[in-house]
Amino acid sequence: MSLVKLLLLMSLALVMRAGAAVEIQRPRGVPLSKRQFYEEEKPFTCLDGSRTIPFDRVNDDYCDCKDGSDEPGTAACPNGSFHCTNAGFRPAFIPSSRINDGICDCCDTTDEYNSGATCQNTCRELGRKERESLQKMAEVTREGFMLKQQLIHEAKKGQEEKQVKLTEFQSTKKGLEEKVEALRTVKEIAEEPEKEAKERHLKAWEEQKELIRMEKDKARMAEAFLELDDDADGYVSVAELQSHPELDPDSDGSLTETETQGLLGGADKVDTTAFESVWSSIKGKYLLESQSDPPAPVETPQEEARDLGSDHDSDHYPEDYAGEDEDEEEDEEDDDPEEEEDKAPPTVRTPEKKEDDEMSMPPYDAETQGLVDAAQKARDDFDEAERALREVDDQIKSLEKEIGFDFGPSAEFAYLYSQCYELSTSEYVYRLCPFNRVSQKPKFGGSETNLGLWGQWAGPEDNIYAVMKYDHGTGCWQGPNRSTTVKLTCGKETVVTSTSEPSRCEYLMEFTTPAVCQEPPSLEEALHGHTEL
Amino acid sequence: MAAFIVRMGPVLMLWLAVCVSGSWAVDRGNFKTCDQSTFCKRQRALKPGQSPYRALLETLELTNTKLTLQLINDNNKVRLLLELYRLQGNMTRVKINELKPLKPRFEVPDVLINDPPTEPLSLLSQDENGMVLSLGADSQRLIVSAKPFRLDIMEGREVLLSLNSRGLLAFEHLRIRFLMCCVLSPSGPTSISLDFSLPGVEHVYGIPEHADTLKLKTTDGGEPYRLYNLDVFQYELFNPMALYGAIPVMLSHSPQRTMGLFWLNAAETWVDISSNTAGKTVFGQMLDYVQGSSETPQTDVRWISESGIIDVFIMLGPTPTDVFAQYASLTGTQAFPPLAALAYHQCRWNYNDQEDVAAVDQGFDQHDIPYDFIWLDIEHADGKRYFTWDPHKFPQPKEMLQGLEDKRRKMVAIVDPHIKVDNSYKIHSEIRSRGFYIKNKDGGDYEGWCWPGNSGYPDFTNPEMRAWWASMFAYDQYEGSRENLYTWNDMNEPSVFNGPEVTMHKDAVHGNWEHRDLHNIYGLYVQMATAEGLIQRSGGVERPFVLTRAFFAGSQRYGAVWTGDNAAEWDHLKITIPMCLSLGLVGVSFCGADVGGFFKSPSPELLVRWYQTGAYQPFFRAHAHLDTPRREPWLFGPENTALIREAVRQRYALLPYWYQLFYHAHRTGQPVMRYSLWVEYPQDTATFSMDDQFLLGENLLVHPVTEEGARGVTAYLPGNGEVWFDVHTFQKHNGGQNLYIPVTMSSIPVFQRGGSIIPRKVRVRRSSSCMEHDPYTLYVALSPKRFAQGELYIDDGHTFSYEKQKEFIYRRLAFANNTLSSRNLAPGSQFTTLSWIEKIVILGASKPSKVTLKMPDGKESQLEFDFDASMSVLTLRKPGVNAGVDWTVVLQ
Repeated sequence: MSLVKLLLLMSLALVMRAGAAVEIQRPRGVPLSKRQFYEEEKPFTCLDGSRTIPFDRVNDDYCDCKDGSDEPGTAACPNGSFHCTNAGFRPAFIPSSRINDGICDCCDTTDEYNSGATCQNTCRELGRKERESLQKMAEVTREGFMLKQQLIHEAKKGQEEKQVKLTEFQSTKKGLEEKVEALRTVKEIAEEPEKEAKERHLKAWEEQKELIRMEKDKARMAEAFLELDDDADGYVSVAELQSHPELDPDSDGSLTETETQGLLGGADKVDTTAFESVWSSIKGKYLLESQSDPPAPVETPQEEARDLGSDHDSDHYPEDYAGEDEDEEEDEEDDDPEEEEDKAPPTVRTPEKKEDDEMSMPPYDAETQGLVDAAQKARDDFDEAERALREVDDQIKSLEKEIGFDFGPSAEFAYLYSQCYELSTSEYVYRLCPFNRVSQKPKFGGSETNLGLWGQWAGPEDNIYAVMKYDHGTGCWQGPNRSTTVKLTCGKETVVTSTSEPSRCEYLMEFTTPAVCQEPPSLEEALHGHTEL
Repeated sequence: MAAFIVRMGPVLMLWLAVCVSGSWAVDRGNFKTCDQSTFCKRQRALKPGQSPYRALLETLELTNTKLTLQLINDNNKVRLLLELYRLQGNMTRVKINELKPLKPRFEVPDVLINDPPTEPLSLLSQDENGMVLSLGADSQRLIVSAKPFRLDIMEGREVLLSLNSRGLLAFEHLRIRFLMCCVLSPSGPTSISLDFSLPGVEHVYGIPEHADTLKLKTTDGGEPYRLYNLDVFQYELFNPMALYGAIPVMLSHSPQRTMGLFWLNAAETWVDISSNTAGKTVFGQMLDYVQGSSETPQTDVRWISESGIIDVFIMLGPTPTDVFAQYASLTGTQAFPPLAALAYHQCRWNYNDQEDVAAVDQGFDQHDIPYDFIWLDIEHADGKRYFTWDPHKFPQPKEMLQGLEDKRRKMVAIVDPHIKVDNSYKIHSEIRSRGFYIKNKDGGDYEGWCWPGNSGYPDFTNPEMRAWWASMFAYDQYEGSRENLYTWNDMNEPSVFNGPEVTMHKDAVHGNWEHRDLHNIYGLYVQMATAEGLIQRSGGVERPFVLTRAFFAGSQRYGAVWTGDNAAEWDHLKITIPMCLSLGLVGVSFCGADVGGFFKSPSPELLVRWYQTGAYQPFFRAHAHLDTPRREPWLFGPENTALIREAVRQRYALLPYWYQLFYHAHRTGQPVMRYSLWVEYPQDTATFSMDDQFLLGENLLVHPVTEEGARGVTAYLPGNGEVWFDVHTFQKHNGGQNLYIPVTMSSIPVFQRGGSIIPRKVRVRRSSSCMEHDPYTLYVALSPKRFAQGELYIDDGHTFSYEKQKEFIYRRLAFANNTLSSRNLAPGSQFTTLSWIEKIVILGASKPSKVTLKMPDGKESQLEFDFDASMSVLTLRKPGVNAGVDWTVVLQ
């Protein structure tokens, strides 16, 4: 049987800070602080007091105590812990299940005394490295902390400046508000006479237009009379009027004598005076012979119409729609709703429009123009003042937003505001804009992805400013919206040091900044604060 | 024409939308029903009745090894050839093929481990109606009826089983190819069908893989159970739909007899089950029983396959143990895994990069939770080109593996059988140039869509291809691999995203055969070739470990299977029990489900309960979908971390027992995880349809908590007159009762059978390798007659030396007459262990006055002991003997 022969006691050569070596005997795996409970030659009482056993059962590779305290140097107890002195480095406790498991856990190799594992004592090396890194860290912390003081100072200054600016803006705003009100009154006063003068001008123009129209009508009537009075006898007769079939009142295609007589008010012929009343009833239809060309054919939007029709069909007869059928469809359409449009000649309308276009309003008279100009200036002044007020308002809002941000207990994070920091990986460029957003852009083309918008500080209760949380980024397929956790560590520089996506669409970013550097303890404390010797 | 296309636009879009939603919906509409499977519909339309088949008795030929007989279909005069073998070990094999097929029909190779040895058959009597044959020993007779053709196997006066008694034998013979529209097979219809009647049977089991109860349901008026390996996205529970694997083996059980049917066919298969008692209520059955008016209960089963031949092995039992041994003699036993593979596995799709792997590894140490394997899913490879590593995320795979090795841990990386079509990818270009890809019907390489995009599928049915594939696992071929890297074969149904039912077209070509002929065995070949690769890379020294999703009869020889892409739901936790029990009954003992559920995110309570259940199931691996939040065991608060740690530690402490169970399964074919029931308690009808608890081996009964918010569970402790000990409290309970057990979040109800001895290693370390030399604690649970026995198996835990050099320790531990002893069970073996016996805990003991340890050399010493009178637990302190030697402890 290969029962493990265990060293009950071990000699420890411990390097004191002073450099003197002292030998202290205690059972394997027991920290110095508990040495007094393990007295050779005396029965051992489990540290939980549950039972007392002979001392030779301490570290005999059998678990007697429920709390594991009788086997500090073996793996016998499931809940035991083993103390490595790790001279030259930091002492440590490891779970006793790691004793003799073939894996070197203690840098002084004391956990693998019977496993066949060949372990190197690395404590000195580790100690050296740790000291170096602690020193480095202490340096970083110290410098970082100094930078932080500066940041705090600047932030304070900045904050004050902003406050001053805000106050300035606010008083400017007040002045501007008054100005806007004053200019509004000026504008309204100037606009009153402008409006009246403009109305006057318009009315005069309407009246003048009416006169012109009446005169034109009279001229047309005279022209018509001359045209109709073929025999130049000073009368228009029934026969003469019948030469104008467009006047047919029942539109049956023939203008009968009786109908013509009706148009002439029952008379056979009328003179120029009587023609005035006849003219008023026929002028809507009458075509001056000088313009009596047939009306231009109406351009029916036939092609468009066909397209509409065929679109509608395609769902029902997609395959059948082919060349031959096209004609048929066209025919059908010709009989269809455009019919009425075809028969409504646009000739009457067209000249009228022309008439209107030709008659444009005359310019304002000097007096009116003066009033208009004055009002316009008042309006411009008012608009400008209002714009200035809006601008100031925006600036105030933005300042208030910035001042309202939680930039840390001493506003040490204020300098990050409206800055952005980038980290380039093999595939992406990550961009952190503190208090704003985090994004990711593929290096080789492709659009930017929003990894989250500023949410809140999210560190543990005692150190809330150690972590920033950005959320509500672009949604993931079948997943949540992207979000990013930014861990802040002390550093001289402000940089994004790493990014990862530990879980789908949940990003983790590490960010160094002096703003989180704590006041450094003295180097001595850092190095020896936890050593037991 | 442009106008035409434009006009068609909306219609086309609509059509596409229907198609797309149709093929990706998460419902069963994706997959065929029997009605949609033309051959199944055709066959099922055939109703029981007079069979058109007649045996031509004059064609009988009887040799020493087999009987042959022609059958004729009186409707179409096509002749079939029946071959009948009496196999050693109480089995009968019935083969039916066309007498003269136009071309050979597919017969499944590589499943049977040898040509099953036969026993002589003898003709007892014959007349014009049929003949009677003697089936070797006992009073078993085989009766062949000529018209209609029918076979009955009898023992004494009792019919054990009948074939074609309902006349459903149907054989679609090969015809000259007819070119009508809708026939997809170039040979025309080729399906086969046969019915079996099992008088006296009310319970049938097996034919995995289905997400359904352990006891198979009748399929009258519903869908048949389907066997067709498919990648089912978010599978539904409690229905007969096909899943990733197919094992065409059904077990029948009654208090009198257990039997098995092995339908050796690798084509798409459907199984109908009906029962004459299924419709009756319990009261109705009772009434029948009391009035004695009942007809004999009977279960009728009908198998339908798309192609191939009828080749069925009838395993006649009579005990469950016999059936397991019979099936094992045909298809082999469970591969004996490396010990570490029985420990805990940590998986996720995906561990992102080397740093992530290192951090997770570190997390386990920080939280003092043991684990043995960390797994990498598809994202680890360079663009899903298996056998490679993503150069950015895993630039130094060997260093990463060495880092794990330094902690005595291991890794599994996925290698799937779809190969990215990319000429610059060595694996692809070699397979292409060697002509190893499966072909499409036109002779080109078959290509389909899978994770890497367009992919080829190596023809694993080709032995040359398999040999080449295996050689790719050599350390100098698989760059970045090391001894502690193992393999996972996923998607090997095979999964083809753009194929019919997400798998391969049936007209794809494997040499002389169509994919339809051998679909269900493809996955087996993938795992076979991979396991062979892992063996070869070590020069035949090391045992492989390969996990597969698809499987077939015989897959147990190559490694582990898991139940695929389940979900983080309570019902999915519950279904793990019947799913793994069903697999265990048909040879696959190394079974597990994704702990926590693959899809969705488990509540902490569900996750903890799943760890507690998984810790007592054979393959114990946590896994999660890419889109789920992280769920390493320490992410749910210290309380849940502690609960998970405790569950995992219970697993590690029991590893010696697990290892021994697998050794047993490997040696004998007995399942590791058993239905408490009828396997160990074949007479106890209460156990016949129970599937919320199970036995591990014979001696541990586990009733995991699988209900949300549970305050208690009711466990059934079988065995009248037996006793069971709660393994946590040592409280003794009587067998033959339903026991209500109040539970808290830390409870995992587990009981040790009185009469058993279970070895544990209670010093749980960070991986199983670290525990190699640790001492054993023996838990001796006394039966009411103060008797107990158990075994202790020890070897190096990872090589084939136990087999090749007989380097193992196999001992019988027995307690009788107040004496506990360890005796060698394998005198020819030799192995030295550093492990020793540190403690012996005797449950149900009385207080001795003196305990003496006696060694073979006559040396005696007194052992100190501790007696807990309240629980009758006697603890012997530190016997200290080596675990590999003889010793005796006497209580006085």
